Amino acid sequence: MFGYYLDLALRSLKRSPGLTVLMVLAIGFGVAASMTTWSVFRAVSGDPIPWKSSRLFVPQLDIWGPDSRKKSGYDDLPEALDYTDAMALMRDHRAKLQSAMYQISPSVVPADAAKHPINISGHAVYSEFFPMLDVPFQYGSGWSAKDDHERAHVVVISSKLNQKLFGGANSVGKTVDIEGKDYRVVGVANHWNPQPRFYDLVNSGGFHTDAEDLFVPFQTAIDMGMPNDGNTNCSEIPKEAGFVGLQHSSCVWIAYMAELDGASAVRSYRDYLNNYMRQQQQSGRFAWPPKTKLHSLPGWLSYEHVVPSDTKVSLLVALGLLIVCLVNTAGLLLAKFLRRSSEIGVRRALGAPRAAVYAQFLTEAGIVGAAGGVLGLLLTGLGVASVGWVLPKDIAALAKLDVSLLLLTLVVAVVATMLAGLYPTYRASRVQPAWQLKSN
Amino acid sequence: MELRPILATLRKHRIPAVLIVLEIALACAVLCNAVFMISLRVRQMHLPNAIDERGISLVSVNGADPKLAASDIPRDLTALRGIAGVTAASVSNTVPLSTNNIGWSFGTSPDATLATQHTVNLSMYFVGEGADQALGLRLKQGRFFTNDEYADSKLGSGVLPGIHVAVLTESAAKRMWPGQSPLGKTFYSKPDYYQVVGVVADVMRPWVSDAEHAYNAVYFPLAPDAMTSGYIVRSAPEDRQRVLQQATQALQKLNPGAVVKGRTFTDIRNRYFADTNSMAWMLVLVCAVMLAVTAFGIVGLTSFWVAQRRRQIGVRRAVGATRTDILRYFQAENFLLASFGIALGMALAYGLNLFLMKHYELPRLPGVYLPVGAAVLWAIGQLAVLGPALRASNVPPVVATRAA
Repeated sequence: MFGYYLDLALRSLKRSPGLTVLMVLAIGFGVAASMTTWSVFRAVSGDPIPWKSSRLFVPQLDIWGPDSRKKSGYDDLPEALDYTDAMALMRDHRAKLQSAMYQISPSVVPADAAKHPINISGHAVYSEFFPMLDVPFQYGSGWSAKDDHERAHVVVISSKLNQKLFGGANSVGKTVDIEGKDYRVVGVANHWNPQPRFYDLVNSGGFHTDAEDLFVPFQTAIDMGMPNDGNTNCSEIPKEAGFVGLQHSSCVWIAYMAELDGASAVRSYRDYLNNYMRQQQQSGRFAWPPKTKLHSLPGWLSYEHVVPSDTKVSLLVALGLLIVCLVNTAGLLLAKFLRRSSEIGVRRALGAPRAAVYAQFLTEAGIVGAAGGVLGLLLTGLGVASVGWVLPKDIAALAKLDVSLLLLTLVVAVVATMLAGLYPTYRASRVQPAWQLKSN
Repeated sequence: MELRPILATLRKHRIPAVLIVLEIALACAVLCNAVFMISLRVRQMHLPNAIDERGISLVSVNGADPKLAASDIPRDLTALRGIAGVTAASVSNTVPLSTNNIGWSFGTSPDATLATQHTVNLSMYFVGEGADQALGLRLKQGRFFTNDEYADSKLGSGVLPGIHVAVLTESAAKRMWPGQSPLGKTFYSKPDYYQVVGVVADVMRPWVSDAEHAYNAVYFPLAPDAMTSGYIVRSAPEDRQRVLQQATQALQKLNPGAVVKGRTFTDIRNRYFADTNSMAWMLVLVCAVMLAVTAFGIVGLTSFWVAQRRRQIGVRRAVGATRTDILRYFQAENFLLASFGIALGMALAYGLNLFLMKHYELPRLPGVYLPVGAAVLWAIGQLAVLGPALRASNVPPVVATRAA
């Protein structure tokens, strides 16, 4: 029976090609617009480290007090840590794994004298950063806790930088000239570029197309005076100048992440943070009651508004377009189906039940949907390929066409069109056979 | 034109009528909001900026020895001024729209805090001698800095310069001392204080969060310092590409160990607004597709309608209606439907805007968009109905005599 309905539907569609093309175009455009924006939205709202995100935590400490919040009207604690507290948390070492980190941008001098020095962005981190975030290595590994302690001149570089400096060969043990000092390569990260850059959201704003190119030990970077290349926020003017002044100030500029396995570990870390702040209060550092927050990674991602509102708005706009297209399609299908009242009347008079009429016309709607879906696929492909032209570059680079998106496009098109076809079909099935036969 | 017969017909064909009304309502709601979002972005991209945007290039030098800045910078500037076509050159820590912003809050009384009225967060531009020329700043009141002030100004213990003079933009001055002359007034950030010696036409901040605060900026003089690592080179617009290339080469040669990068201001502006620009174009695209879909939807439904009523049209023609009468009938009908749709669409547009305001920090939709959206949809409706209506008016009276 289905084959027969298919045949009927094709005949009917062929009879009014203009109308058919209109419907297919409407569905195609609506679906393509929503799928393109959806692919972008999906890319930015994804979990960058799904197997572990529930075990990663970011602390916030109230070191500026309630007065600092009065003006802004927000209930926000500083989004990063100052140097003193970050070091205290590292020293106490209460989590399973943890790392303080800050963004750096040192100049790297290529061995080839003919080449100019280049600014390389990266982070100063602790050794536990690598196992905590499951950084994949192409060669070598991260450095050891001993290297942290001894302020060793070691570096982990990206495969991209490895390609640039060493032609992609195994460079473990070789040296890199960073700001005029030699650093020994201990590891080459294997194309590691999580999106969003969840370990330092404050500085990356979430998304960066460029992979991090180098990591050096935190204390080594401090020793060498590699200044902070990320954001610094202050509630008062630092008393001393320069990078050392920053370390002695209450300005916040250090990101912090800890791995806590299990609810009890989280609870005891919360208690630890509160105790730490209480001690600070009792020692006279500040007068307000201690206040801390501990965000899980997914909570932190939403707290920092990682999904740009432009992306959400464009998804909404595209959904609006899809609805407009569907209402249009519903109208056109209605026009088409009701024009065939006499045909329906004959079928019903010959004994076809309502269900048969439903099946026939929903098949026809489905075909329109499938055709629209195929057009939508082509347009989505085009859309995703050219999304860099219409959406922020860093984000556009993330939008990808994959099988699931293709399937989703088709399914959305067919289901949406059949939904749009429901009312026209209902009307068609209500046609009174007697009336139609009489007037003919 | 009598509306009653039209209304009577619509009552009989309720569903197609409702569908057309819905189509128009949805299109109206989305259109008003999308056009509003487009206009916000266009306005942001066209905010005036009182510097010589077409003549300026910026060359940044990173990684030079900070201790040698006092001697390096004058040497580099001499080299830059020697390039043919360079009309002025100077240094600055940052330029408008570069996203490299240092903001600081200043109050108008010594004890002002963040919460005090007239305390304003200003983007700080630290500039070297001749920066007013190099940037093409337009002085509105007072003066720019003297050579002595440049020479005496060092970054003291903190982030702020030790000298006590500053030049404000017009908007910043107006915000701090509304209705008063800012010249000679003092602003504070304990323990530092600065006297306003001049006011320049509005220059944008390095990073503009909203149009209202786009111009809150202050200029401070600064003796050559590692902080002012951006060289501003001004030339005639037609010389700019060549000048930029020569300037970049010259600075790289003088600072072999540093990373030297050159960009024209146009480039900086385009990069800053790339995302805004592309979002605006996406919205334009969506609007165009949506209007086209709506128009074709109306064409389709009206055609169906006309085909269904061929006999009635024939009867009307047979009893004396002219072609124009038939044409007008369908046009009036469409106008009526569009009007219902627009009324509903305005309510929807308003609701959608409320939702966007609540969740995406969008400003309120100004009333002017509603009549504009209405006019567009009326026009689209009339345009779409024209074809089917003409076909209807061509139905010959003889149809009435044939069996249906």
